[in-house]
Amino acid sequence: MGVRVIIPTPLRVYTGKRDSTEVKAQTVGEALGRLTTEFGDLRKHLFTEEGKLRSFVNVYVNDEDIRYLAKENTPTKDGDTISIVPSIAGGSPLRCCSHTPRA
Amino acid sequence: MATAPTLKMSAEIAQQIRQHGAQTYPHECCGALLGRDDVDGEVTTPAGVQLPLREIMALFPMTNRREDSAHNRFSVTAEDVRDAEKAARGKKLDVVGWYHSHPDHPARPSQYDREHAWPWYSYVIVSVAKGKPGEMTSWRLSDDRSEYACEGIAIHDRAAG
Repeated sequence: MGVRVIIPTPLRVYTGKRDSTEVKAQTVGEALGRLTTEFGDLRKHLFTEEGKLRSFVNVYVNDEDIRYLAKENTPTKDGDTISIVPSIAGGSPLRCCSHTPRA
Repeated sequence: MATAPTLKMSAEIAQQIRQHGAQTYPHECCGALLGRDDVDGEVTTPAGVQLPLREIMALFPMTNRREDSAHNRFSVTAEDVRDAEKAARGKKLDVVGWYHSHPDHPARPSQYDREHAWPWYSYVIVSVAKGKPGEMTSWRLSDDRSEYACEGIAIHDRAAG
């Protein structure tokens, strides 16, 4: 038994439609490292080019947000569940000069 | 711009998105798109990419969490995403995307939209000019995050199932 990692729906296209996988890992960072080694296409969606977790990627260990634990150094043990949960953001451009409002 | 209709929704759903945008004007509205993929096989876009035809069958309107800048930003927290996924499971559907409005701006994604987008999801944008909803578009992020391609929306008269 290892650590179960739940894959969010939008990223299952990169895991052969699998919704979870099991990895051997002592920390969250190690688990995510193994996950992205197994499924390489996940990396650019989870991490920035500098290797930091993207701000809209939320990671939980057994429902605890790792931001309130030890972030990627949060320890994991066999039987734990890591959930990757998206947050969603967007918005209009700050300035727009070309738009003619439609009636 | 790819225009193959890869996203279907009823006229009723389209109207609900527009109305939500009008209700929250001058702030951005947001919500989850609940639906299914592969409803009628696959569609090949002009770029040669095969995408499953996706149908929006219900909406999950949400509260915009960006109170500091709600006129040009929207935010859905991870807890909200979990709520939307739970609502979708209750209807035997998936969260297949998100919608939001652009008050007094075109229904075109901003750089901020693209930077914060996830792949696979459909991102529907409705323009709301002076309180009146107008153009509605939908976008999907490419696998390598380099492109945010427009997908055609087919609106039909049949009520959502």
